[in-house]
Amino acid sequence: MRYETPASAKEAAGLLKKEKGAAFLLAGGTDLLVKLKMGIVEPDLVVDIKRIPKISDIQSSAKGFTIGAAVSGAELGEHAGLKKAWPGVVEAANLIGSDQIQGRATLPGNLCNASPAADSVPALIAAGAKAVVVGPLKKRTVPVEKVMIGPGKTSLAKGELIEAITLPKAEPRSGDAYLRFTPRTEMDIAVVGIAISLKLERGVIKKARVVLGAVAPTAIVVAAAARAIVGSKLDDKALDKLAAACSAACNPIDDKRGTIEYRVRVAGVLAKRAAKIAFQRAGGSL
Amino acid sequence: MAHDNSYVDKKFNVVGTRFNRPDGIDKVTGKARYGADASAPGQLVGKVLRSPHAHAQILKINTSKAEKLQGVKSIITFEDLPDLTGADQGMADILENCMARGRALYDGHAVAAVAAVDEQTAAKALKLIDVKYKKLPHVTDVDEAMLPTAPIIHDRIFTRGVEPKPTKPSNISSRTEMGNGDIEAGFAEADIIVEHSFKTEQTHQGYIEPHACLASVNPDGTAELWVTTQGHFVFRNVCAGLLGLDIAKLKVTSSEIGGGFGGKTHVWVEPVALALSRKANRPVKMVMSRDEVFRATGPTSSTSIDVKLGAKKNGRITAAIAELRYQGGAFPGNWAMLGCMTAFACYDIKNNKSIGWDVLVNRPKVTAYRAPSAPMAAFAVESAMDILAKELGMKAIDVRLKNVAREGTLAPYGPTYGPIGIEDTLKAVKAHPHMRAKLKPNQGRGVACGFWFNIGGQTSTDLNIGVDGTVNLAVGTVDVGGSRSSLAMIAAEELGIDYEDVKANIADTTSLGHNDMTEGSRGTFSSGMATIYAAREAIEVLKQRAAQTWGIPVEDVAWEAGHAVATGKGHGNLPKLSLREIAAKSGRTGGPIAGHNEVTADGAGMGFASHICDVEVDPETGRSTIVRYTVVQDAGKAINPDYVEGQFQGGATQGIGWALNEEYIYGDDGRLQNPGFLDYRIPVCSDLPFIDTKILEIPNPNHPYGVRGVGETSIVPPLAAVANAIANATGVRMGHAPMSPPRVLAALDALDAG
Repeated sequence: MRYETPASAKEAAGLLKKEKGAAFLLAGGTDLLVKLKMGIVEPDLVVDIKRIPKISDIQSSAKGFTIGAAVSGAELGEHAGLKKAWPGVVEAANLIGSDQIQGRATLPGNLCNASPAADSVPALIAAGAKAVVVGPLKKRTVPVEKVMIGPGKTSLAKGELIEAITLPKAEPRSGDAYLRFTPRTEMDIAVVGIAISLKLERGVIKKARVVLGAVAPTAIVVAAAARAIVGSKLDDKALDKLAAACSAACNPIDDKRGTIEYRVRVAGVLAKRAAKIAFQRAGGSL
Repeated sequence: MAHDNSYVDKKFNVVGTRFNRPDGIDKVTGKARYGADASAPGQLVGKVLRSPHAHAQILKINTSKAEKLQGVKSIITFEDLPDLTGADQGMADILENCMARGRALYDGHAVAAVAAVDEQTAAKALKLIDVKYKKLPHVTDVDEAMLPTAPIIHDRIFTRGVEPKPTKPSNISSRTEMGNGDIEAGFAEADIIVEHSFKTEQTHQGYIEPHACLASVNPDGTAELWVTTQGHFVFRNVCAGLLGLDIAKLKVTSSEIGGGFGGKTHVWVEPVALALSRKANRPVKMVMSRDEVFRATGPTSSTSIDVKLGAKKNGRITAAIAELRYQGGAFPGNWAMLGCMTAFACYDIKNNKSIGWDVLVNRPKVTAYRAPSAPMAAFAVESAMDILAKELGMKAIDVRLKNVAREGTLAPYGPTYGPIGIEDTLKAVKAHPHMRAKLKPNQGRGVACGFWFNIGGQTSTDLNIGVDGTVNLAVGTVDVGGSRSSLAMIAAEELGIDYEDVKANIADTTSLGHNDMTEGSRGTFSSGMATIYAAREAIEVLKQRAAQTWGIPVEDVAWEAGHAVATGKGHGNLPKLSLREIAAKSGRTGGPIAGHNEVTADGAGMGFASHICDVEVDPETGRSTIVRYTVVQDAGKAINPDYVEGQFQGGATQGIGWALNEEYIYGDDGRLQNPGFLDYRIPVCSDLPFIDTKILEIPNPNHPYGVRGVGETSIVPPLAAVANAIANATGVRMGHAPMSPPRVLAALDALDAG
């Protein structure tokens, strides 16, 4: 196994592209190292991106935020501006693992591990986040929902990596929230996850995005759930419609972490709770 | 020398106070050496190949490719562990569990093992071993395994304890029945009868440190084993027996232990490591992965239990019967028998009966888990007590007090109780402020009781006094819960010196006589007794040396507060001699001063506890959060209250984990689905409130200080305490543990559906 520490994302992409054997990208390593120790992966090449300049920075501008690929969950949680603009994204990222994991885990890592239950992914999608993808020859920007295509699978080509995640500037009177269900308080994997981002106009929901995690092969954007609350002040009727739409959108599996029936049911329960939090964060009153 | 073990009420100076852990610095700085922290020159790494099937015939094991891999030094199968067990079926089962003999009996059963120069080579070699299996039908559920149609796991097993003697093999290894009185007459007398069925899933002890050892066998038949264990003397005897070694030539040293809870009372990879080392003629180190620990080392039984109680309107129970079915994994055990013995032990019930069924399934060999078998029986009986209280319209605690066992009560399993603490714990619970605290919406409070026998057993200790007056105490019971501190306190108490002047150590098997395991909450009880006697022997020597120094008869010397004092007429002007002064002169007065004791500690004091649990249930998700928890338990005498409280809290925590989320999940293929801490959900710190404790001290009459064991009882009540709290919060009676969110939500739905 070889270990490389390239000085640029482009160089990293070149190394990944060139490798004939099994090549893996290392940022926080909270998934890769576990898989290595369990013997699930046997890399020929590990490319550590942490020495790339600015890869560990959060940059804010008039357009929004650019979060480097090696920024940890703990750093997200300590960034006052980001927390104020996108509290749902930060709370989702901060739910991953435990305190120790938070010191290492990254957003692109969570995304590219491509688990249907990834906590930060629904929140990023609801927030309209984009991934800055660097290849050996060119750079492209794709919406986060286009990255994961199935359990363990991404749309990234061989040699491509995510250099940063961008978040738009939060609009006035907008709010987002992420909730997940786990039997334990931490160190657990979502049985259901839900992110809701919404914008108010005169106390009424003008725009919304509702994204479910852990209930389908990938995180899913539930347009019907968004429609259920747009135009409402999040009254009980709208909340019931939201819950029904979320439950209807679920396409989960039965496994050791939860049954189909349970996941479908709890998706609706959490949708109502997350919507209320996002609504209040946007300045709405219930 | 014979010693009197009677309790003597006296004022203590050291015992009952609190000291920091003597092993604390090593543990927090990472210096402590655990099972995986030993190494030897030329050491190899051992790894085990395990069955991927729940039940399969092993047609052929071809190791030739693996043998050719560079760096592989030895490969073993069952053929390298010939059966030397003779007529001892228990030992034969241990041997077969360590290495499959023709059949893989569960997912994770060891089939072959490799020792190689490094871990990568060993892992590669495992992949090169070609095993041809023929899959056989399997069964993992305890009730299904009892059906006549179930696949038979061992055709040598015929159910014991049934008449007429069975003619066909069965997965039921034995039937046990015990109790007192006339059960039919008791139910005929009852005004109210309640009946309920319960199930508990399989749980693992969940110790953080996986099994690990370093084994080295020489061609001359001498051998050494460094190992994480709850009993190195027992490991020595078992390993020597399985490998055909002489007991005296196998030196076993116990490492620091990162949790055992019963799971480290049994050998798993240790005989394999010795066999690999013998074949390679090099030291072999083995460290199990977490996956291996879950799949192949001692979980506790899953169970299915029916309870029926009959009572008069005034709450007096006239009859109680329980039928308990416990699976022991792929080998016979007596787990249901222990369930029978403990089920009704908290109560004085004239007519009671317990019927136990010990059952085999295709799961790992069950081993002890903290008060083994008692938590499941208590889950059923203590839940049924609440059901009965509800029917009677009485407070659950009052029904318990109305029927509580006392001194003189005939226990369901035979003995008549001496002084016991169950009534005191219930009264303390009733008076506790926790019982009067207000509950919020969706919250409920539950109470449950628990019993554990505690045991004594074989123990020996050595106490050696250095020339500076400091004391080495060598004990043979592994310190799993802080016993080194407690034993040093006891030695200091007896000798009349400071705690800081005593250093307790766990001696290896060549340094002391046989010691039984640290199990059955016996460590501080039995080694404490042996330490008291050893110290008293040392005091006799100290007195002789003082008498010699003074030139007076030893009868005229007393030992007071760490000093020899001349007491006889005419000796009044002799200045007293301190232990330190006597020790300093020991080289000139007859040599080293020591005390020694070997004892079979009889008269262990039974442990009783009552717990209070407040739970909040999310009615929309079925998720339960423990919001407050109090343990009240009789310790007999708390030597170091810090450790006693720690035991109470730890047991309660494990019980809560079992109550809420911990369970083995098997797929239809008979394979374990969750062999890791991610999906086998032990509670994390943030899942629990501070566990409050109250120590009661009702002295055990059969121990000089009144000590009872404290390590196990606290895991017994929580399952029922949580279930009773959930019932009071929601109105649903959970009969299936763990009471995980999906199970609670389904029960809430069923209640709503009417």
